Amino acid sequence: METLNIFIRSIFIDNMVFAYFFGMCSYIAVSKSVKTANGLGLAVIFVMTVTVILNWLFNEYILKPGALGWLNPDWAVGGAHTVDLSFLSFIVFIAVIAAFTQIVEMVVEKFAPALYNQLGIFLPLIAVNCAIMGASLFMQERAYDSVVKATGFGLGSGIGWWLAIVMMAAIRERLEYSEIPAPLRGPGITFIITGLMGVAFMTFLGISL
Amino acid sequence: MGPLSKGNPVIVQILGICSALAVTAQLKPAFVMMASVTVVTAFANLIMSLLRKGVPGRIRIIVQLVVIAFLVILVDQVLKAYVYDVSKQLSVYVGLIITNCILMGRVEAFALGHKPWPSFVDGLANGVGYGLILLMLGFVRELLGSGSLWGFRVIPEAWYIQNGGFYANNGLMMLPPMALILVGIIIWVHRSAKSNKDLIEK
Repeated sequence: METLNIFIRSIFIDNMVFAYFFGMCSYIAVSKSVKTANGLGLAVIFVMTVTVILNWLFNEYILKPGALGWLNPDWAVGGAHTVDLSFLSFIVFIAVIAAFTQIVEMVVEKFAPALYNQLGIFLPLIAVNCAIMGASLFMQERAYDSVVKATGFGLGSGIGWWLAIVMMAAIRERLEYSEIPAPLRGPGITFIITGLMGVAFMTFLGISL
Repeated sequence: MGPLSKGNPVIVQILGICSALAVTAQLKPAFVMMASVTVVTAFANLIMSLLRKGVPGRIRIIVQLVVIAFLVILVDQVLKAYVYDVSKQLSVYVGLIITNCILMGRVEAFALGHKPWPSFVDGLANGVGYGLILLMLGFVRELLGSGSLWGFRVIPEAWYIQNGGFYANNGLMMLPPMALILVGIIIWVHRSAKSNKDLIEK
C-alpha cells in the first residue's frame, strides 16, 4: 500500500519537472513534437526505473554507513571499524547510469533495430539527464527501506517526467499557430507555460496519501 | 565576455536550468551554488583540455563524467566541512552539478578543441554567467518572497499586516513555478534589448 502511495506521489505531487525542475535541459530541447517527446519520455521511464533499482542495491550493500557489514561484522554500524563509503555515491551512481545507458544502447541496436531507430538517439542524451541522476540521489536521501518502494519511486518519477514532456510538446505544437511577442518565442514562452503548468500541478499538493 | 550576456549558458544556451531554478529561493544558497559551479566548470574544462589528445572519442563521455564527478565530490566535501547548513539546503543539487548540462556542454563544445588556458577562462566565464542569472533570481525571489536579503531583513517588520502595516510577502515567489516564470521574463527582457535582436527565433 505504501508503495502505491509513493508511486502516485512521485507522479503528481513530487513531479520531477514541476516540483524539482529535473531534466529541464532535455525537456526544453526535445519538447517540440509529441512523437519525439513520447520516445524520450518512454526511454526515461525505462532507464530511470532500472537505474534506481541498481543504485538502491549499490547504496544498500556497499555505500551507506555500515553497509559492508555483510562482508565482515567489524565493518557494520556499531562494529569495530564502521566503513562509510557514502562519499563515493556520486561517482558510483553516475557510473552505473552511464554504463547502463551504454549497454542498453548496444543491446537495442543489436536485437531491435526498429526500436533503436526510435529510441536509440535519445539514449546518450539520457546519461546526462539530471532527472535520472536526481532520482537516484533522492532515493538515497529519502532512504527507502525496501527495493519495492524504490522501484515504485523510480517508475512513478519516470512516468511523471514522461507526462510532463508529452503535455508540453502537445501545447508547443499548438503554439505554432499563436502570435507570441517575438522576443518571447522559443524558450521564453516554454518556461512561462511550464511555470503555469506547475501552478496547475500544485493543486495536487493538498492531497495526503 | 560572451558567456555573460550574448552567450549566457542559462538564458541563451538553455543549459543547467535544473539547479538554476531549484536553489534560488534565497540568495545565499544561490551564491554558494554559483561558486561551486564556477569552480567545477573551470577545472573540468582545464582537465579535459589537458587530456583531449589522449582520450579516444568513443569513451570520452565516461572520462568526462569521471573527471566531473571527482571534482563535484571535492566540492561537496568542502561544502559539508565549511558551510554545513547551506550544504543541507542544497541537498541533492550539489550532486546534480555532475549532470548539469553546462559542464558537459562546455567540455564538448569548447575544451575538447582548445588549449588549456582558454578552456579554463571559458569555464570560468560560463560559471559566472550562470551565476549572474542565479543571483538575479535569488535577489528577486528572496526580496519579494520573504522580505529579506542574504537572511537579513530588508522590509521592516512594522510594515507587515499582522503588525498593523500594509505589506504582505508574495508567497508565490517561494514556490517552484514562479522561478520558471521569472526565467521566462528574464529571457524576454534580454532578447528585447536592441543588441540581442539576432537571438530572437524565426
